[in-house]
Amino acid sequence: MSKDAILSLSNVTHDFGGRRVITGRSPTIRAVEDVSFDVRKGDILGIVGESGSGKTTLAKIMLGLLPPTQGEVLLDGTPIIEMSRKRIAERIQFIFQDPYSSLNPRQSVGQIVGYPLYLRGQENAAERDRKARELLDIVGLSSRFFDAYPSQMSGGQRQRVAIARALITRPDLLICDEPTSALDVSVQSQVLNLLLELREEFGLTYVMVSHNMAVIQHMTTRVAVMFLGRIVEMDTSEKVFGTPQHPYTRLLLNSTLSVNQGAGVPDLNVDAEARHAMRDHPSYVSQRV
Amino acid sequence: MLLNVQNLNVMIPTQGGPLHAVQDVSFSVSKGETLCIVGESGCGKSVTALSLLGLLPKSAKRSASRMTFDGQDMITMSDKQIRALRGNRLSMIFQEPMTALNPLHTLGRQLTDVYMAHRRGNREAARQRAVYLLERVGIAKAAERLGQYPHELSGGLRQRVVIAMALMCEPELIVADEPTTALDVTIQAELLRLLAELQKSMGLGMIMITHDLGLVSRIADRVVVMYAGQVIENALAKELFENPKHPYTRALLGSVPDPSHPRMQPLPSIPGTVPSLVQKMEGCHFRDRCAFASEECRVPIPLVGVGAEHVARCIKTGAQAPNARSTAP
Repeated sequence: MSKDAILSLSNVTHDFGGRRVITGRSPTIRAVEDVSFDVRKGDILGIVGESGSGKTTLAKIMLGLLPPTQGEVLLDGTPIIEMSRKRIAERIQFIFQDPYSSLNPRQSVGQIVGYPLYLRGQENAAERDRKARELLDIVGLSSRFFDAYPSQMSGGQRQRVAIARALITRPDLLICDEPTSALDVSVQSQVLNLLLELREEFGLTYVMVSHNMAVIQHMTTRVAVMFLGRIVEMDTSEKVFGTPQHPYTRLLLNSTLSVNQGAGVPDLNVDAEARHAMRDHPSYVSQRV
Repeated sequence: MLLNVQNLNVMIPTQGGPLHAVQDVSFSVSKGETLCIVGESGCGKSVTALSLLGLLPKSAKRSASRMTFDGQDMITMSDKQIRALRGNRLSMIFQEPMTALNPLHTLGRQLTDVYMAHRRGNREAARQRAVYLLERVGIAKAAERLGQYPHELSGGLRQRVVIAMALMCEPELIVADEPTTALDVTIQAELLRLLAELQKSMGLGMIMITHDLGLVSRIADRVVVMYAGQVIENALAKELFENPKHPYTRALLGSVPDPSHPRMQPLPSIPGTVPSLVQKMEGCHFRDRCAFASEECRVPIPLVGVGAEHVARCIKTGAQAPNARSTAP
């Protein structure tokens, strides 16, 4: 574990299933297998992979929401499973994919943003409101939204509310699970720009989970590529996108449809055999940088 | 010309007042041509597609000055006549393969039903056609799959089944509404390639509705860009990507993350959001978000020619601007 690591994962494995059922035990599915890496201060770590590759499971483990079956997650050197939710929440916050379901429709924006402070219980109501207004201002929503309800807002505005809520306790690490995939392209860049600005302002560290390779390439310092629960390649963004080593990384890059008129749709030609070969291919994980 | 739509309007009554979802939209599709309708959510592209197939909600009002499919007038067509076309010569691929298939019926039943409804053939002929098409869309052991239920298949396989289903009656035109957005990138590329290949070999016309400009650049012959219920630009794909005229089209192209942008630097973005279509808007719909907007943009803006087979709804498209301005009231 390096010195400036906020979060450190070592040999994390997670199995779903295996519960006792009438006929014995349900079959286990290995969602995450032997994952080790550090999230260092100032990183924007991207996690890419297809659906079912274990990205979201890994994000939940990093948040301490899901105890890993094997292995260990350390937050500031302390095992995360021994820490209370409150202590974890002081350091790590989360932004979900869908701003339509992650905000309580019955709470006003001011209540939503101030709620983490209410849970922490250190400030009085007036102080909470003042901080919530300040955060709304920081994420580019005027405080006239303070009394609005999520149903009155667009997707981009809601995602800003979610970001304000995540930042109000001033965490150091923000885990963003597909933060822009529910948004339109023109709004997506507004939110991505905001995340980059906030990182400067608050010295934040991000983990960004996404299947959008262009977004990951634009936003991250380091990238982990996941395939069938394992990290098959991990290195700096430049290396992963510039000189991809693993065949699955190359496949992901080839299948990305960038704007290129007349180029047609690439012929990937992946059959079962090619996927088997990818599964058995050794992984390239660089712990340097 | 396979499909010709002129001045299509769709109004949906809502609690807040009439919602003008589609306003004076015109386009056409020829045999073997791929037309992409691009735009952000809420700009009316899906409603346009549904109105072609007569699938609008009952309360919606559709009007058009002209709407023909292979020479037949679709405006005056009865429900029965539309039903005879739909799924037969005109078929649709929906976005969510989860919801487009009936979870209670086997794939075989669902595939053969379409054929039986339109072709009056026997079930055996329908079964053979289903097996043939499942193989064409790249599903192995097709005959065994017919007995399976949708939940037994992955998302990618389900969407292949939906594509096969759309092809059961040898349609002439397919309307595909975001057919690959719910899928992984690798599967998306495979399916788009498959669709393009089938389209070429069967000479199908295709209307592809999407918000993904990368996808559009790869498969479109012609592109219609919609914004807030209106067509704001219509051009051949090559022309549109090389020479986009409308500020919205240019801004949209600029805001796609792309390796050519410097990494971790702010991306160009469009301030604000798509306006609500409940109130009737005067003048340019993009006005409030446009960097070039001025007082002159407050009057209704017509689509004007800005190049060969290229129209844009803007008075500030460079050389054409003075001309367009003089024609505006």
